[in-house]
Amino acid sequence: MEFPDNLRYTKSHEWVRVEKDGSVVMGITDYAQDAMGDLVFIELPEVSDEPVAKEEAYAVVESVKAVQDVYAPLTGRVTEINDELPNTPEVVNQDPYGDGWMVRMEIEAEAELEELMEAAEYEEMVSDIS
Amino acid sequence: MSEPRRTPLHDLHVAAGARMVEFAGWRMPVQYTSIVDEHLTVRSKAGLFDVSHMGEVLLTGPGAESCCARLFANDARRLRVGRAQYSLICNDAGGVVDDIIVYRLEPETFLACVNASNAERDIAWIRERAQGECAIEDACDRYGLLALQGPAAVAVVEALAPDVAAAVTSLPRFGCARTQMAGNEVIVARTGYTGEDGFEMFVAADAAAALWEAILAAGAAHGLVPVGLGARDTLRLEAALPLYGHELDADTSPFEAGLDWVVKLDRPDMIGFAALQAAHDGGARRQLIGLEVSSGIARDGCEVLASGTSIGKVTSGSYSPCRESGVALAMVDREALMGGGEEAVELAVEIRGKRKAAQRIELPFYERIRDGVSR
Repeated sequence: MEFPDNLRYTKSHEWVRVEKDGSVVMGITDYAQDAMGDLVFIELPEVSDEPVAKEEAYAVVESVKAVQDVYAPLTGRVTEINDELPNTPEVVNQDPYGDGWMVRMEIEAEAELEELMEAAEYEEMVSDIS
Repeated sequence: MSEPRRTPLHDLHVAAGARMVEFAGWRMPVQYTSIVDEHLTVRSKAGLFDVSHMGEVLLTGPGAESCCARLFANDARRLRVGRAQYSLICNDAGGVVDDIIVYRLEPETFLACVNASNAERDIAWIRERAQGECAIEDACDRYGLLALQGPAAVAVVEALAPDVAAAVTSLPRFGCARTQMAGNEVIVARTGYTGEDGFEMFVAADAAAALWEAILAAGAAHGLVPVGLGARDTLRLEAALPLYGHELDADTSPFEAGLDWVVKLDRPDMIGFAALQAAHDGGARRQLIGLEVSSGIARDGCEVLASGTSIGKVTSGSYSPCRESGVALAMVDREALMGGGEEAVELAVEIRGKRKAAQRIELPFYERIRDGVSR
């Protein structure tokens, strides 16, 4: 299972990557996709000027066995979505940190980033629960 | 809570990297690789399932036939030696205690295969109501049960046991026989729970691991893979085969569940006869239907609506890998479904607080190609 160092993580198994332009890209972690199993449906939000609040459910991932909300790791506006995903949800299983990214956001408070876990801390949390 | 029970194959599943879950008091493999991949492999090639959690009861002796005919809703008297029949244990009120398969192994030996979740209760029920008419043996610990399913099942049997393959592969659907396969005494039957051709093999518990490994080795060249309970559920759902506790329970009549063909109302001493006769004559108020939702899955318990009004609930819902959509079985009010005579009512399901349009689909959702005709 992978825990890339350049990402930040949440307790609810989302990841965040800060891009050069200051925007953030997010998705669900390798652990999350593995625990869910084959993903078969994904619902993403629409690009909008209405901000999504931190810890608000902004997307839904559904596998054969389970359905799960995806929570926003940070407060911000959705500026881009990975609109291939609803047709190819299996990409999240295959490449959760790459082609399986879910949305891009412009965030409001960079301080919120500091509240997220580093890779080592998240990996330790996962090893405690699995 | 007590420790979940382990099948004779438990350690092999763990060694193969299966994800293990608790099901009906047993520790069982839910998947080895991926539910969708395992499902599609059973549809295109073959899969091997450990279903040793299922319960077995032997009814033997001169009174076994009449005992089975009295306790089970299908007519065991019509069962020839070497044949099996799908049947039901019904209660006095005509509700379903369990759905079972009854195998006639010898003239006076009947084997009933029951659901794991009901096994203990079923065996107590059978003992109590047999009233000494025949001998009842709890054989749950005696057997492991393996299911080999898929279009390549015949080829796998030919590779596994060439000496008996002709006899085994010429078994008709629901035929059964005692034989030897790869050096193991088995009861083999042309039955299954996937909607595919295939075989189920009862084998002595201490020989189950050897048979499992021999089948996997013989089947490797035919694309055979081990398959977990996750795909077993999606396969049976596509084939619209009922699962006890979902489509069937003590408050559901067989007629509501579409099992009219199972209940033979020719034995007034059959348990539940009066209630079943009345339910049959009165016509079912509810009906099991198939639904498809294009995005999302209407799972067990979701409300079903016709033109905005609740008409029933989903009994089983999951993803259909063959249709690439969400499919569900639902128990709904028959009259409300008809919408007072109008043809098309708008059907919808409520999934996590959101109403989604649903299409009614003629069951089963999937039917294997037989006689050149596919659905």
